[in-house]
Amino acid sequence: MGVIEDIERKYINTDIPDFRPGDTVRVNVKIKEGERERTQAFEGVVIRKRGAGIKATFTVRKVSYGVGVERIFPLHSPVIDSIKVVNRGAVRRARLYYLRGLKGKAARIKPKDIRR
Amino acid sequence: MLEAILGKKIGMTRIFSEEGEEIPVTVVLAGPCFVVQKKSKDKEGYDAVQLGFLEKKAGKVNKPLKAHFKKAGLPCFYHLKEFRGEGLDEYKPGQKLVCSEIFKDGDFVDVSGRSKGKGFTGVMKRWGFAGGPGSHGSMHNRAPGSIGGSSDPSKVFKGMKMAGHKGNGMTTIQNLRVVGVSPEDNILLLKGAVPGPVNGVVEIRKALKKRQ
Repeated sequence: MGVIEDIERKYINTDIPDFRPGDTVRVNVKIKEGERERTQAFEGVVIRKRGAGIKATFTVRKVSYGVGVERIFPLHSPVIDSIKVVNRGAVRRARLYYLRGLKGKAARIKPKDIRR
Repeated sequence: MLEAILGKKIGMTRIFSEEGEEIPVTVVLAGPCFVVQKKSKDKEGYDAVQLGFLEKKAGKVNKPLKAHFKKAGLPCFYHLKEFRGEGLDEYKPGQKLVCSEIFKDGDFVDVSGRSKGKGFTGVMKRWGFAGGPGSHGSMHNRAPGSIGGSSDPSKVFKGMKMAGHKGNGMTTIQNLRVVGVSPEDNILLLKGAVPGPVNGVVEIRKALKKRQ
């Protein structure tokens, strides 16, 4: 192979912070309105990271006005302006789908104790 | 001007456009091809060029074919394919063709290749029949159902869709957009899928129906 990796390398963004499922992130998304371009933040809990290389995506879940909203971002998408890790969460699994069934206080994630 | 080339499917991946759109692409090693023979109206009855693709060791080629390649002053090739066309006078045996001279970004192409063989398949997979109910005592799960009337017409019409061999046939996908050309390594990026397995040989032509 090799050829495919060479093509993918051009599109891979190396400027991505390390984050994991359970972390709260703020994703600044570029939005084009006609000629103007602005960024919009999408802040929530990462409930899934999947794929490798250019095919990697991650899912961010937030609760907006009582409605759960999930957005799947391609990790290397040029639409993403920046990703900021707001909080590190302590979770025991890789896919946090159980959060979908929880509300309010129960849906909180314990912050990770960095010292440990 | 010849508007076609032979290529080898390398695999699929995705790229991002400047607008941030994700584009699924097939990576194809397109060329370099060499003109092995030229056919003319006077001699063979039609105008065409025969292209060779992917070099092969001379020891693996039989004698008559070896002489055929020698005539053009070329090494031996795995694949030979003829392309008909108009205005092929500019081509000479031994000439090299590269994809970057024929295709550019934004062009539409038709791609032909031998599709992956699926073996003997039922009507649901082969023709997209709906099948019957899966449960509630139904025993009509993946069966084809009726294939026609009884005493009238007293036969099964020709071309009736039935179970049988699927795949492993020439397939053409039309109007694929070229989203990348790299002249250094003869790579074409085509939006979407092309027929056949990885390492399969495909024929890439300028689109018949859709021009830029």
